[in-house]
Parts: sequence; structure tokens; C-alpha cells
Amino acid sequence: MQGVNESRFIKNTREQALANPELAAVKNSETKKLNLYQAVNEALATALATDEKAVIFGEDVSFGGVFRCTMGLAEKFGKHRVFNTPLTEQGIAGFGIGVAAVGHTAIAEIQFADYVFPAFDQLVNEAAKYRYRSGNEFNVGGLTVRMPCMAVGHGAHYHSQSPEAYFAHTPGLKVVIPRSPIQTKGLLLAAIRDKNPVVFMEPKILYRAAVEQVPVDDYTLPLGKAEVIKEGKDLTVVGWGSQLYVLERAIAMAEKRMPGVSIELIDLRSILPWDIETVTKSVNKTGRLLIAHEAPQTGGFASEIATTVQEHCFLRLEAPIQRVCGWDTPFPLVFEKFYVPSAIRCFDAMERALKF
Amino acid sequence: MGSHGHFRARGRGRLGAVSSVYTEKLEFLTNYPAIPTYRVLDVEGAVIDESQDPKLDKATLARMYECMITLNTMDTILYDAQRQGRISFYMTSYGEEASHMGAAAALTNDDVIYGQYREAGVLMYRGFTLEEFMNQCYSNERDYGKGRQMPVHYGTAKFNFQTISSPLGTQLPHAAGSAYALKLEGKKACAVCFFGEGAASEGDFHAALNIAATTESPVIFICRNNGYAISTPAKEQYRGDGIASRGHGYGMDTIRVDGNDALAMYNAVKEARRIAVEESRPVLIEAMTYRVGHHSTSDDSSAYRSKQEVADWQKNHSPITRFRKYLEARGLWNEEQEQALRKDVRKRVLKAFSAAEKLKKPPVEDLFNDVYDEMPPHLAEQKAELVRLMKKYPEHYDASDYAASKSM
Repeated sequence: MQGVNESRFIKNTREQALANPELAAVKNSETKKLNLYQAVNEALATALATDEKAVIFGEDVSFGGVFRCTMGLAEKFGKHRVFNTPLTEQGIAGFGIGVAAVGHTAIAEIQFADYVFPAFDQLVNEAAKYRYRSGNEFNVGGLTVRMPCMAVGHGAHYHSQSPEAYFAHTPGLKVVIPRSPIQTKGLLLAAIRDKNPVVFMEPKILYRAAVEQVPVDDYTLPLGKAEVIKEGKDLTVVGWGSQLYVLERAIAMAEKRMPGVSIELIDLRSILPWDIETVTKSVNKTGRLLIAHEAPQTGGFASEIATTVQEHCFLRLEAPIQRVCGWDTPFPLVFEKFYVPSAIRCFDAMERALKF
Repeated sequence: MGSHGHFRARGRGRLGAVSSVYTEKLEFLTNYPAIPTYRVLDVEGAVIDESQDPKLDKATLARMYECMITLNTMDTILYDAQRQGRISFYMTSYGEEASHMGAAAALTNDDVIYGQYREAGVLMYRGFTLEEFMNQCYSNERDYGKGRQMPVHYGTAKFNFQTISSPLGTQLPHAAGSAYALKLEGKKACAVCFFGEGAASEGDFHAALNIAATTESPVIFICRNNGYAISTPAKEQYRGDGIASRGHGYGMDTIRVDGNDALAMYNAVKEARRIAVEESRPVLIEAMTYRVGHHSTSDDSSAYRSKQEVADWQKNHSPITRFRKYLEARGLWNEEQEQALRKDVRKRVLKAFSAAEKLKKPPVEDLFNDVYDEMPPHLAEQKAELVRLMKKYPEHYDASDYAASKSM
């Protein structure tokens, strides 16, 4: 993916990696070079090693999964703990709910986020409401459902989608999307250990693109917390997953073409619950907001952020909130570059907000 | 069942299983007999029971064989094209050619086809040209799908072949519904739905078979049991007697067929079509075959199965070789014809290939068309916004590979 290797958000050295205050607990850890799929693998191995009740399952996970995220785990932890399921997403999600309902840890893989919809009923009507409907007699906090998401350049309708907004509309679920290997390991372990069902979406274009020095020790990163990954004073930009690298390029363009302007970039990380405080604090500082995501604009999560920010920061806003999103069409193969919220589109909207 | 009246009287009140009799024996059913696999040809292409030879005319047999060779050749060239980065994706049908052509030859073009994604041969047999295949795989301006879907997602109303969708199993209930509609119209036609043994694990499979059975819809469900769902072998996919055993559960006429035997496929589908159309009942066919190729160009199957296993299938169970031997034994084919056909097919495939490669991508305006029958205002506004961006930043929106848009 363009810009990832050069990104200032990628931690290439141990020092850079461990400078993050969120990693204070492992500040003496060794680090090793991992890409994002290896960081997933590392988190899963840690989960299996530290929780004897944890199991991993899904289509083709036994040989390592189509993106190699579960490679070597069946050999290391046993086929009873890492296993193939039949090809049924509703079965995988429902099975995971059952595993979790009796106190075990279920880490399920859906092969592509585009294929999660047969499991929608299980996740929305069952997993999300399990605790509430039973008066907290039961819960499926042990459930985590991983799925690769977002554009990859040639995925077309069914290997490109970002369905976070559907799940964001579901009280009881948590939704998390990491941006890098370090983030992935910490957020995935947090998701697995969280006492609520979590939908964990992995931007698949980053699986092999981003490489970081990832702490070897066991650590988690907080759910529900955004991270300001670049500070600025004139405009707040919010994104998640691989879109952050697009936004980084757009910001570089904007700051170059508009000397003196500085732009703040926030990685939302958790879509649900989302960090209203960090975002509104930033907008109260900058007075301007742009949100970008690949999913279609109408009903996308940008709408929710825009509304909330408008409620919290109305008197401080100096320009209309900008949304730069996928158009309201299915994700199209040959038109991908015209469809996505590209750097130039994001730049254009930044300029519009700043010159309003 | 004998003594119907007696048993029915005793069975009253059990509305859910009206044919069941009471028993005082505590017995769980555990050993079910395996469903046999119907075949016409042995592995050497010899007819085992002459009464089962459909004795197809020479032209039909030739078309079946030519399509097998053409499909096989097209697969080789397009697979390599993907490897060279000339198309973005491809899926071959290696090893499953007989199930395509045997089924296709037994159907009429009025029968509505729902494919999964590995049934290009059925479409080819119906008359979809090499140019049409290549245009889709190249996502060029002549692709009927307007470049929106990945390669191999063919579809055309012209041949009653519904456009392929990547999610697995979703097409099964569609086929039941289309079949019901055909029945309402009084058409002498059925719907035919192809899917793999992996897709049969999806909930939609169960939903489809049950709704087809209860609505008495004229649909033929054809499972291509090729042994693998990506890396997952059939033995990890289910524990029953394949997919055919499920037909019984839905009260459906069912047969298991040697899917590498084109004539067995032909006979089974022909009779299934008669049952569906004449008697208005759904039918389940399980075609036992083997996926010789990788799942797709995104897959390397050597990570989960031995190369020897694949080689054994290729050597001993090639459906093409078997059919060729049948034709040769009847004096309908020889080495000379084989060489000539292969040479001609290769030439035609390469010609279509380079023609498709030269065409432009569909016009950018097609990004916004067909979301609805008419473009709603919010989408028109987004389209106008893209037009503005493309004009303002032409260096970021190079559309020179795309055909000219009329409206933008």
C-alpha cells in the first residue's frame, strides 16, 4: 500500500515503539520485526498460551488461514484448540457464542468481512443481546470475531467492504480496527480478553504492507480509546485502519500547499464504543473536522461522529464538517481508484474546510 | 409401505411424520447405507452397461468434447495471464470439465442457470464466446458486468445464466424461487443450481432445499463435490454420506453421480430435468469429482495437499481423457483431430485474449449507473462531485484507460 513504508506512524525501531506511553507496562520488552498478519499470529499465540480455555476456529484456519494469520498455531497448541469449521459463517458465529456462553474464550475467524452477513443474526440478535436479555445471568464476553476488511486494490464487491457501520448500530458489541502491527497485537489481545463480544476488523491490505518493531512481551492497548497520532491546530482529521495512511499523505499535501497550517490526525481505533472525548477535545481546539472512511457515505460511521461533534462543539465549529467516504455504490473493481476516499479527495476536502 | 390404512390410523396425531409407525424397540439409527455412485463409463472410457449409453448424436458429442478442450485451454491461458499480472484474478475448472458439459448438454437454454463460480463450461456450452469470457476477465468496456466484479463472475440474460456472486451458497434459494416462478408461468423449463460441497455447509443450502421441496419447485441442485473448499477437505466439511444423503432429509429425489463421467452426468441431469419439469419436483444431484487446480490464483494448494494426490487424479481420472477414449472407441475421434482441435482452440483463445486486452475499461460513469433503475439525487450529486474532482485534479484521476463517458 502506497505510503505505509514511509509512514511516520510506523515504528521502525525499538525506541520508537516503546516511546508510546500506552506501552509503559512493557517498556523493557524486546521487540521483533513483524508485519500485521504476523502480529495477529503473535496475539493469537499469546492468547492461547495465557488462556487454556481459548480456542481458535474458522474456515481454513488449520493450515494457517488464507491470510496466514493462524499459521503454525494448530501444530503448536493442538488441533483441538485451533481447527477448521465447515463453511458456514452463521455456524462459526453461533458456535463461538456457545463456546463463550459457558465461560470459554472463542476466537472466531470470518474469512472476509464481506462474508460476515450470514452471521449477522447471530452477532446482532444473539451475541450483542446475550448479557442484557438474561439480566446478566449469561454473557458471551469471551467471543471475538476477527475478519479482514477494507480495500485491497482488486477485491471488487466481495473482497473490499468495510461493514463497521452495521455493527456500530448494535448496542452490546464492540468494534475495533487496528492500523499497524503494534496496534494489532495490543488491540487484538485486549479484544480477546475484553468481557464483551468484539468484532475485530483487520485491514487486509496491511497484512504484508506494514512492518514494525513489535514488543515481544504480552501487552494490551485500550479499547474505546482513540489515539492522536499527529498533533495539529487548524483541522481535526479522524480515520481508522488503512485509511490513516491515505490521510497522512493528504495532510502532507495540505500542509505543504498551505504553509503555516497544521492538521491533527486521530486514529479512532474503536468504532464502538468510540472515544467522543478525544475527538471533541481536538475539534474544540481546531474548530474544524474531517472524517474519512472507505464504506459508503450514507449511514456510514462518519455520520455518527459528525452529529456528535456538532452537538458537543457547535459554537466552536468554523467550517462544515467534511465527510470523505466511498460513494453510495457497491465497491467496484475497475473503478476502485475513482470510488475510494483517495488522498487527493481528502486533500480537497481539507482545503475546503480550511478555506471556508 | 404395506397396510397403509392401519399404519395411518395408528400414526394419527403425529403430524410431523405421517408415515412413521410406532415401535417399542429403543434403537438409534447409526448405520446408513452409502448412496451408490452412478456411472456409465469406466475409468478407461468403456461403457459398462450398454443400456446406459445415451447414444448421443455425433454433433452433440463433438460439441461436448470441443467445449471441454476449449475450457481447459482457456483456463491455462487465463491462469498464466493472471500470473503475469494481466488480469487480476482467475479460477480454473481443471478436472471438472465433464460435470459441466454433461449437465449442459442435458438442459435447454430455457432452463435458468445459477452458478457458483466454477461452471464456466456450462456457459461455454450454451454459446458464450471466447471473446465474451475474455471481455469479462479483462473487465473491459464489452464486459456485460461493466467491469464491476472480479474475473470469472460471468452472467448473461442471453443464455439464462444469472450473474455469479462471490458469497457462497446464496444462489441456492434464488434457484428455488426462479423455479417456482417458471412453474407459475407454465414454462417447460427448470432452474439449475450449481454449488460446491463446501457451500452446502452454508445455511442457505438447507433453506433452499427445504423451500424447494415444500413449494414443489422445478429445480435441479447440482453439487460439484470436488473434495476441497479452499484448503478444507471434504472429510472436515461434513460427517454424513456426502451431500446426496441430505436429499432424503428434504424429501427430494436424489442421485450421486461420477462427476468425471460426462455421460453419467448427462443421463442424471436429463432425468432430473424430466422429474423437475414434468412432475414439478426438485432434484438433488451430487457429482463426485476433484478440484485439480488451486482454489484460485490467490491460493497455493501445495500448502495443504500433496502434489502426488493431484498428479494421481490427473493421470487416472481425467474426465477429458475418459470421454476422449469413449469417442475414439466409437470411431468419432482420433489423434489427428485432437491435434487439429487443440491447435485451433489455442489460436482462437489467444486471438480473443489479445483482442480483449486491447479494449478500454468501461466508462467511469458506469461507477454510478445500475445501483438503482434510475439514479437517485444523492448519487447524482456524488457523481457531479467526482466530475468536479476529475477536472480539478486530472493527474490524480487518469482515465485514459477508460472508454469515454457520455455524461461526465
